[in-house]
Amino acid sequence: MLYAVLCYAQEDAVTAWSKEQDEAVMGKLAAVQQRYAAAGKLGPVARLLPTTAATTVRKLRGESVILDGPFAETKEQLLGFYMVECNDLEEAVAFAREISDVNPAGGSYEIRPVGVLNPVAPTI
Amino acid sequence: MTDISWIDSLLTTARPQAVAALLRYFRDLDMAEEAFQDACLRALKNWPQNGPPRDPTAWLIFVGRNAAIDAVRKRSKQQPLPDEEHLSDLDDAETAIAERLDGSDYRDDILRLLFICCHPDLPATQQIALALRIISGLSVKQIARAFLVGESAMEQRITRAKAKIANASVPFEAPGPVERAERLGAVAAMIYLVFNEGYSASGGDAPMRAPLCDEAIRLARLLLRLYPAEPEIMGLTALLLLQHARTRARFDAHGAVILLEDQDRTAWNGKLIAEGLALIDKAMLHRSPGAYQVQAAIAALHARAKRPEDTDWKQIELLYSALEAMQPSPVITLNRAVAVSKADGPEAALAMIEPLAGKLSNYFHYYGVRGSLLLQLGRNDEARDAFCKAISLANSPAEAAHIRMHLDRLSKEKTTDSAPGPGPSF
Repeated sequence: MLYAVLCYAQEDAVTAWSKEQDEAVMGKLAAVQQRYAAAGKLGPVARLLPTTAATTVRKLRGESVILDGPFAETKEQLLGFYMVECNDLEEAVAFAREISDVNPAGGSYEIRPVGVLNPVAPTI
Repeated sequence: MTDISWIDSLLTTARPQAVAALLRYFRDLDMAEEAFQDACLRALKNWPQNGPPRDPTAWLIFVGRNAAIDAVRKRSKQQPLPDEEHLSDLDDAETAIAERLDGSDYRDDILRLLFICCHPDLPATQQIALALRIISGLSVKQIARAFLVGESAMEQRITRAKAKIANASVPFEAPGPVERAERLGAVAAMIYLVFNEGYSASGGDAPMRAPLCDEAIRLARLLLRLYPAEPEIMGLTALLLLQHARTRARFDAHGAVILLEDQDRTAWNGKLIAEGLALIDKAMLHRSPGAYQVQAAIAALHARAKRPEDTDWKQIELLYSALEAMQPSPVITLNRAVAVSKADGPEAALAMIEPLAGKLSNYFHYYGVRGSLLLQLGRNDEARDAFCKAISLANSPAEAAHIRMHLDRLSKEKTTDSAPGPGPSF
């Protein structure tokens, strides 16, 4: 079974870390990742840019609208995610709209630029 | 999580929200600051043993508020005159603080605190010093170092600023939409000033003043998190990130300026650029341009060019025209002329800047650009005159050193009598 592990933390505290603190944490995380990668178990690892860079596409009364900021509803749950290469945010929004249009469940699509991507793939 | 530096960064993060909320309770800046200080001391005692609370900000507000009430009660036992009118809404001190901290309160609290520092009676230098002291929580010593002045002089500057705003009426009611927009504009301008204080430093001063840039970015991100749908705040944050990304490449080992086109682009900070580009991208979707967005868009075009020759100068020129229309200024026209010289050649640019001579007769960059354009046209004698004028107006040794380089090259050309090369543009 392939598992997705999603990371939640208090963002303003994390962005306030000094360069040294940030590097120390990343170093420790990398050590864990390397062990799993060496065993052929680790898939892509991404660090997202801050939520201030987030845009959300949301279906309201059958229309998809663009909202600034991250997804902030508690009534909906995370059901899946995509990674998509786009020239700019406009293209990413267009992609999210297409998904939204064909998905009768509606829902929200939070678009977050990826800051760091380590594309190690598991050997399945 | 017992390491003290982690607790330090939690306290720094919580500071703007906590001080802002305490200010709403006490309506007195000094009291709010003291209460926060008190709460921090308790946190330093308590958190290493018990671990930090789930919501450090709420903890600090609650503890700070109680500590301040305690102090007032003690004082009121000694003094017959109670201070109760300041404490009218503190009866419920024991209720869970979290209930009261709804998002919109937070937003207006912090905006108010930021706005207080932008009081129109305060000169720019006092606004910045006050913001760094109150919101960022930098020590007087740190601020004095960043401004290159003595500690007692900075202490005085901050005290004077505080005295001025203590007498001014501070608006505690929730702002209406128009006032909110005005406050946002004033606060954005103040943040930009803080950034420029750090960014305009050069040579030996730069390492001491660089923290001002980091602080400005932190404030801009804070503002953006509070107002996620304001394209100009996105633009401001993007502009600061994109400019700050080039910090390491801007000066050589001797402190001389390295021009954008001569910078080692691999030394630019890719992480900051990615965030800046994402933000300007997002702002553009609003189709509601403003001065910060346009400047960020120009910075973005530079950041996107892998090599200097890949720069889209035509687009940069258009953006400068847009900026010129928004806030007409000879300096912006001068910048547009530089873009024109890249896109259409030096002759057109020179014609553009001739009419600016009167308005910019004391402006270093005017003569630098003029000299460089004349040099490109092979009018070496006139170029030399312009460069000499520029040197006399240089604001820093780094600027002077850069112009000296042009002059040295000119004298070499004269002695070898070689034809002028394409010449480095300014």
